[in-house]
Amino acid sequence: MDSKRKKSPISTAPVNSEATILNAVPIRHYGRWITTIFLLLVAMVMAKSLITNPRFRWGIVGEYIISTPILEGLRLTLLLTVVAQVLGVLIGIILAIMRLSSNRVLSRAAWIYIWFFRGTPLLVQLIFWYNISALYPEISIGIPFGPTFWQGNANELITPFAVAILGLALNEGAYMAEIVRGGILGIDRGQSESAKALGMTHMQTLRRIILPQAVKVIIPPTGNQTILMLKTTSLVSVLALADLLYTAQTIYARTFETMPLLLVVSLWYLGITSVLTFGQFFLERHFTEGKQERISFTQRLTGRSSMRKNSSQLGQAEKVERND
Amino acid sequence: MIEPALRVEGVRKSYGHVEVLKGIDMQVKPGEVACLVGPSGSGKSTFLRCINHLEKINSGRLYVHGELVGYQEKKGRLYELSDRVVCRKRAEIGMVFQNFNLFQHMSVLENIIEAPVRVLKISKDEAIAHARELLELVGLSGREESLPKQLSGGQQQRVAITRALAMRPKLMLFDEPTSALDPELVGEVLTAMQNLANSGMTMIVVTHEMGFARKVADTVAFMDAGLIVESGPPDQILDNPKQERTKSFFSKVL
Repeated sequence: MDSKRKKSPISTAPVNSEATILNAVPIRHYGRWITTIFLLLVAMVMAKSLITNPRFRWGIVGEYIISTPILEGLRLTLLLTVVAQVLGVLIGIILAIMRLSSNRVLSRAAWIYIWFFRGTPLLVQLIFWYNISALYPEISIGIPFGPTFWQGNANELITPFAVAILGLALNEGAYMAEIVRGGILGIDRGQSESAKALGMTHMQTLRRIILPQAVKVIIPPTGNQTILMLKTTSLVSVLALADLLYTAQTIYARTFETMPLLLVVSLWYLGITSVLTFGQFFLERHFTEGKQERISFTQRLTGRSSMRKNSSQLGQAEKVERND
Repeated sequence: MIEPALRVEGVRKSYGHVEVLKGIDMQVKPGEVACLVGPSGSGKSTFLRCINHLEKINSGRLYVHGELVGYQEKKGRLYELSDRVVCRKRAEIGMVFQNFNLFQHMSVLENIIEAPVRVLKISKDEAIAHARELLELVGLSGREESLPKQLSGGQQQRVAITRALAMRPKLMLFDEPTSALDPELVGEVLTAMQNLANSGMTMIVVTHEMGFARKVADTVAFMDAGLIVESGPPDQILDNPKQERTKSFFSKVL
């Protein structure tokens, strides 16, 4: 290999010259061909069954997919997702700041919060909030051990919708706190030090210097959390709240069209998730500033980057150079 | 007698059981340039960070322009200053770091006007005008809209100096400002610093650039193991050190 290279100096020749193009026979990927054939067969069997198995009852799926009750349920699901996620992010930011505070009491309090809400199942938390009136039949606002300004009945105050928002947001906040904390810790210490040296206060440093830079790191996992939240909202069906899943359940409890209605629900969740994934991609790209290589959405889906596409010839010349 | 820009009396600092500063005494007059030299780990940077209260000292007294740093003395007792007051006092001391530490998400201009606008509450227009003036002095006119990562190390460090100067500091601290630079970029930063020194700025510079110390410094202080071993005019310290430790250090460095 070494002696050969000395004779034909591939490494110094320009990349696009004739000499660098190797007319080598590429490796045959027999394994890929076999798996492709196998998976194609599986896909064909599944497709055939989807089309020909009459028990899927696609006609009923079509009937329900844009029916009023389903769309109403979808509206509630989306509303819950957006409100709970936004509140979750806010709670998360506050908890993360508390957790990183030099005030030991604050940081320990945030730690306990996160420990509790991550340590118990969300379903249990939802049912717990739903039954909170068993613990506190009356809810009042006032000064602890002092006068009361306002008082109300817990059952009237805590509607299923309020319980859903409360449960989902409080739980989400615990997860978001860890994400935000990771983002803040990822910022170089020098950034906050130079801000300090310029006389900026702790809050100014956080708001103007640290958080704007941490956002870049926080966005991708927050996108994932939102997608997760969309599907997690289906848990509120235990509160008899008419979200997408609960609406479908009430319909098939009456008509026994269980499978078609679950298909309707799945199709909607899939559709919204796809839209969110799409949005997440653009958000991420927006926050990846500068002249880094920008990959298109289709490139990312197919796992192919433009770098790799034209690297087959170029790469070989480079590899030889690097071996020197 | 004129109040010194920096007066340090018996300053000690420890991290846990490790004592990093073991009683530092020092004075810097207004308009003077003092260079701190010495082996790494000798406490130079820590001492510099004590001056603007990025690090708290454990004992001793540290005065900047006659005012105690980080504390207030009333009837013989020390009271810790609130964060707000510490921040305000820090704003009067400029600091330049080894790794530049420019705000990565802001353009050159935004980097420079951030603190004047937010901390000194100067109007944005005024801050921008001042920033442009200062950028011209360090030869960076026309780079206002660049992001830090689009600049060379030398350019970034000159922006960092400009950013500190935009606060109109009375004292400038430099923490190994050229140590992270490619050798060919060191010159442009040292030139900017020399111009600053010539303009009458009081400067305390931690550096390994002995040429700069010889040319620009009024005082060179040699630090080792948490103490100032020897200090005096550059010629004396660099060429005729009295202490053995100083001699052996410079025999290896120069």
